[in-house]
Order: sequence, then C-alpha cells, then structure tokens
Amino acid sequence: MVKKLPKTDVVVVGVGWGGGIIAAELTKQGLNVVGLERGQERHTEDYYMVHDELRYAVRYELMQDLSKETLTFRSNSKMRALPMRQYGSFLMGTGLGGAGIHWNGQTFRFLPYDFNIRSATIERYGKNKIPADMTIQDWGITYDEIEPYYDKFEKMAGISGEENPLGGKRSSAYPTKPMKHSPPMKMFKKATEKLNYHPYTIPSANLSESYENPDGIARAACQYCGYCERFGCEYGAKADPVVTVIPVAAKTGKFDLRTHSWVRRVLHNGEKATGVLYTDVTTGEEIEQPADVVVLTSYVFNNARLLLNSKIGQPYDPSTGEGVIGKNYAYQVVKGGATGYFDDQKFNNFAGAGALGMVIDDFNGDNFDHSNLDFIHGGYLSLTQTGLRPIQNNPIPSDSPTWGKEFKKNSLNYINKTLSIGAMGASLPYKQHYLDLDPTYTDTFGDPIIRMTYDFKEQDRQLAKFTAKKSSEIMKEMGASKVDSMKELGPYNITTYQSTHNTGGVIMGADSKTSAVNNYLQMWDMDNLFVVGASAFPHNGGYNPTDTVGALAYRAAEGIIKYSKNGEKLA
Amino acid sequence: MISLTDDKKKKQSESERLSRRKFIKNSGYAVGGLAVGGVIGSVIPWDTEDKAAPQTNNKNNKTTNFTHALMNFSQAEFKMVDAATERIFPEDENGPGAKELGVAYYIDHQLAGSYGLNARDYMQPPFFNGEKVQGYQGRLRRKEIFRIALKEMQSYSQKKYKKGFISLTEEEQNAILTDFAEDKVKLMTVSPSGFFDLLRSMTLEGVYSDPLYSGNKDMDGWRMRNYPGNQMSYTDIIEEDFKDIPPKSLREHM
Repeated sequence: MVKKLPKTDVVVVGVGWGGGIIAAELTKQGLNVVGLERGQERHTEDYYMVHDELRYAVRYELMQDLSKETLTFRSNSKMRALPMRQYGSFLMGTGLGGAGIHWNGQTFRFLPYDFNIRSATIERYGKNKIPADMTIQDWGITYDEIEPYYDKFEKMAGISGEENPLGGKRSSAYPTKPMKHSPPMKMFKKATEKLNYHPYTIPSANLSESYENPDGIARAACQYCGYCERFGCEYGAKADPVVTVIPVAAKTGKFDLRTHSWVRRVLHNGEKATGVLYTDVTTGEEIEQPADVVVLTSYVFNNARLLLNSKIGQPYDPSTGEGVIGKNYAYQVVKGGATGYFDDQKFNNFAGAGALGMVIDDFNGDNFDHSNLDFIHGGYLSLTQTGLRPIQNNPIPSDSPTWGKEFKKNSLNYINKTLSIGAMGASLPYKQHYLDLDPTYTDTFGDPIIRMTYDFKEQDRQLAKFTAKKSSEIMKEMGASKVDSMKELGPYNITTYQSTHNTGGVIMGADSKTSAVNNYLQMWDMDNLFVVGASAFPHNGGYNPTDTVGALAYRAAEGIIKYSKNGEKLA
Repeated sequence: MISLTDDKKKKQSESERLSRRKFIKNSGYAVGGLAVGGVIGSVIPWDTEDKAAPQTNNKNNKTTNFTHALMNFSQAEFKMVDAATERIFPEDENGPGAKELGVAYYIDHQLAGSYGLNARDYMQPPFFNGEKVQGYQGRLRRKEIFRIALKEMQSYSQKKYKKGFISLTEEEQNAILTDFAEDKVKLMTVSPSGFFDLLRSMTLEGVYSDPLYSGNKDMDGWRMRNYPGNQMSYTDIIEEDFKDIPPKSLREHM
C-alpha cells in the first residue's frame, strides 16, 4: 500500500550540488521544495576523525554502498556486461551533499570551444576531421550564455583563483585570491613559462582566505591539511553543498529535506510528471510524493536509470543512433601524465589541498593546431599538491620491484622526492558508447541497474600519448633526475582509479531529436521534468566538471522559476 | 523524516561557544575578521578540557597491547601471514618491517569485520568469469580467500621444499610468494595473483594506516617516511621547503 503525501511545488531527487542549488534558488523565490536524498544526513562535525586514510580513502566511507546498487560494465556490445562488484575507476558519492562532499574542489570553466565543438571543429578543419562514429554535437548554449551562471556558482562557492590567460572571457574576477604557491608549484610555473606556455593557479573551492558569499554564508580559509579528495572538510573551507546552499534553502522554511528516501520511479501520465515514488529505507514504506515540477539531481548514472526505469524519453539505440536516453556517455582521459623523481630535492608531499596547484591550457580544447594531429580537443596539464597519503602513494621508478626489500627502500626514498604532472584529457562521445538498463542485474529493490558500454578509442590513445609527451617535457624542464610516463593507454579498465568525471546519458542540445533536454535542462518530452547534472554534458571537456554542473544547475533553477510562473516550454 | 532545521544543532551552550573561540584563538588558525558562524562555528571543540592521556612515543615504555590477539586467523594462519607480510615489507636499515609493526594483527582484525565479509561490495549472483577489465567476479569473500589461499600456500611450500612456509629461508619464502604473484602456481580454488595483490595491499594498509587499526606500531611506519600523520594545519609550511614533523595519530583527538 503506497502512502500518498500532499502535493508540493517541486520535488528534487538527490541532494548534492544540483539538488542543493535548485533547492536554495527555488525556496528563495517562495516555492515549496521537497528534497529526497537516499543517503544519510551530514554535518561538518562528522569529520572530527577525518584524517583517516584507511576509513575514507581506502574503504570509501563517503561512497555509495555497492552492495545495494552498482552498475554493470562491458567494453563492447559483444561482451557480457558484469557488475562492478568493488570500487576502482570512479567513486559514486552518497548521502547529503553527494559527490560534492568528497571532491577536490578544482573549479574550472569549460572553454568556449566546448560549447560549439562540432561547428567550430568543422569550421577550422573541415568535416572529415571528425571520425564517422564520433557523436560530438554543439551544446545548444554558448559560452557567453552560460558565463553568468559560472559567475554565480563561483561567487556562491567563493572560488579562489586568477584569470586563465587562454580561457573564455570573465565578467568579474574570482571572489577570493589564488591559493598559496608551494615550491613544486613555483618550479612548474618557471618551467612552463620558459617553454612559452601560460601557467595559472588552479581555481580552487578550498578557500585561500575567509569569505562571506552573497547568501551570507561565511566560511574559513583552507589549512592545507592534505585530506580533501575522498574526505569531507572539517573546517568547511572546501565548498560543499552542506556548508553552502543547503543551509540557505533550510533557512527559508520552505525546504523539506528527507534523507533515507530512495526514489525509484518518476510518476507520470505520459505528458506530465505527476511526482515520484520512493522507499523510506528505514521502514521499507513506499511513499508517493506528488509535485508540480520534478527535478532529477542525482549522479549521472542514476539520472539516466530513473528515466529508463520510469519509461520516460526514447531510449538510445546504438544500432541506429536514434533515441536519446543513455546517449553520449563519456568519461575522462587522465593517464597521459608524467612522474618525475628528484635525487637532490625534497618536498612537503604530505601537505596540500585538493585544488592546490598550477595548470596550463596550451594543449586544451582548440587552443593549439590539430591539423597534423590524429585527435581533436586536448586537456589541461597540471601540477597539483593534494597531500600524498601513505597507503595509496608509494611512488617507485617504473622498472623497480613492487614488493620486498628493494620496494621498501625505493618507496621510502622517493616519497618526498617525487612530483607528478597530471593530464585531464577530454573524452568525446561515440555511437557505440552508451548507458542502458542491464537485463540481468538489479539493485537492492529488484530494479534494473545501469549497464555501461564503453572503451577507449584511437582518439583517446593519441590524445593520451600527446599529453604524456608534453608532461614529460615539462617535468624534464623542472629538473627531474628521472621521468616516467605512460607508453600506451591500453583498454579502459574499471578496476583502477582514474576519475569520477562520468558524463552524458541525458544530454542537452538545441534539437529534440538529438538531445534529451533543452538548455534549461528541461525534458523535451515532458515540460515539468528537469534533469540536472553532468548527465547533461554532450561530451566531457578537458577539465573537472563541477563548475559546469553548478552553472547548469543555476541555469535550470532560473528555468524552473520561469516555468512555474507561466508553465511553458522554455526553448 | 529528518529535518535539517534541527533545533539541537543550532542551540549550543555558551560554554561550548567559548571553548570554540578559545580553540580558534589558541590554535592560531586565523579566520580573518569575519564572524564565522556556519562552519568553524560548528567544528567540534578540539580543545576539550578532559583530554585523554597523552600518547606515548617512547618505544621503551612497554605496556600491554591488548589488541594484539586474534579474532579471525588460527595460530598457524597468523604465523604464515606474519612471515609473508614481513617478506613484502621487510625490516631493514630504515626501520621495522611488517612483523614488528603488527601488520598481521591488522589483517586479522580487518578480515573479521565488514571488509573481510565484503559487506559493501556487490555480491549478488549470477557469477560469471569476466574479462580482466571487468574486475573481481568471484563469489568468495576476502575472509574465505585468505583461508583457502593460505592452505594452498602451505601445501605448495610442502610440495616445493618439503617444509611448511614459516620454516623456509627468506629466499625460499620470496620464491613461493613470487610464484603466487606471477600465477605460476596452478590452483582451482582462488586466483594466486589475486590473493597476492590482496595480501600486498593489506600489508601496506597495516604499515601505514592510523595505529588505531592495530598496525603501524608506535607510528613507526609513518616515521620511516617522514609522514606526519594527523596534523591540523600545514598553512605555515606549505610555501616552505621540506620539513620533518613528528607524527601524531587520531588518538590525539580523544
């Protein structure tokens, strides 16, 4: 027997960055918002014992419990998809704040090129530059149109930074000054300047100084304690939804937050969404929450899964290229970096912050000529100092043993003498890469889980080789005694950590035939349903995605407010 | 249903707020001129008056370590793990190896709990052999993998050297472990390299996790690599050259 609750103006599904921003903006405008979060509540106080690498980084304290839900993976459609039984390649967050809790705080804007990637590539290189099965498309929004929303997210989060010399135009400076520069950052800056590149300080959501945002939320400065990624911040210095937007929504008295509420279906009559069905995981009770507007703000995989399980939108068919739900899944190409070993220098590698580092965009987007290259787009190259914790960081030269006497000697010797340059390679979509429902495996409630079909392509292999070469050159210029870098990218492997930047599946665009949502993230097929998150990216750029997720969430919030007044399609 | 606007959170006693202010002041973590309500304001007061007894860094100060007892392994299994992990992370001129750091106790305790039971892994059937890129697809849990693999290691050792694993020389033990690591042993039950990788990663965990987990004895694992452990702030040194800082554990926060 399903319990039916009174109708609300808006229900949001998943309370991380997307859900938190939507809730804050809508409740400020007087709308009543119900927030359904399947995980638990979170507070800064939870992080009293957070400097625990084993619990948080190795045992995944803040991540989704895979025993209840995972996804299945196969490299291609001929292979049997099997469940990701343990964590590896990426880490899904759960609980209040979602993945916005355990991120590093690197807050980049995508390049103007990203938003009109197809037309800009054809304009400069001709149609043949794009492989036949590469399904890049323009986003249905330009950089200039999304810029004000980037600005809004950055002011809300207090981003510390300096202007990217090769990035899109900014309407205003970053709200706080750049982070401090450690000695390795200075070395990277000097080396890249010498090579005529354009280094700048990574834009950081770990505050460089104390800051009060336009909503009146005050936060303290980062202490460079070295526990960011996979951890929550005990100072609240790292912007996350719990210390920024959620309290703003709560203060209005119009936000009804319900944790332990696992949404299983979007309810609809074929034309309009009527609400959602969820299970209270503490009691097992099934509950219907009717709403005028439904907003999906969960992670990439679950946004797509909810639509497919609710039979909303046309599922993507890789054999015809038709349909939109599950289309254009993309990832990130991060293995093309370089590691440098310094015989005569020692660094404070244990210290750092998630977004502490220097970066160049000389090989990102279309900032360089691709005429004679076998790939398009690129990625940023960065030197970060995030705090190398001891279980997970035991750098040894590539040709040395991985256990025993020699391993111990090398790892102890090199730990504070090793620096790395990382590449954040863009990931472009292909006809064969998509998300759909797995025919065999289910979650804890018996609902089908997502099936991912994905592998690296020639584009990725060429891109990774290129960035590995450039990274090695910079590392040599920095004075490393020995440099290691990737030789071949190899196949995509779900067992080793690479990046949590999964994108696509419910993509935005200007045309309802080729995209699922318009540029307000409103479903083409269902006016009162919005789908917010990196699921809306038609491809993944050469950057961390959170700034763009945040900007799109502010854009969607504006759209929902408009829609709730006049009830019309927004694009 | 839990509401965020929980009054309990907002109502803090005057004394608590005072002690927090004292923390901010005493610890020198300048937060600028702002009245910081939301965050530092909600950080637990670190400077609790009734601080636990200071941790001792003095190795000669011998007290009984009551966590050094077994909740999972048999005595024989424990001795094998103790010997095998010492080969992976041996004692040398830099300092103690896995044995002295308590790594086998660490592994024993981990296998007895949720990690040993794969409590947060997806363990639903059906089970199929997968491709390497798809990761572990077995139905055995870590606790069972250890039990089976240690038995296999023992019989392999008997077969190869006519001796049990713990009676072998270091070189012989290394040879056995190498054969497992490189899948040169043919087993029907578990993947030899899969077991070795698990043993290796759990050895590093035992060497370098906070001592609260029974390994990394006296923080000596950290000390060997100049890892300062649980520190509140590096603001003062982040712009500086390398600095050796004595380690602190999470015990400091009790």
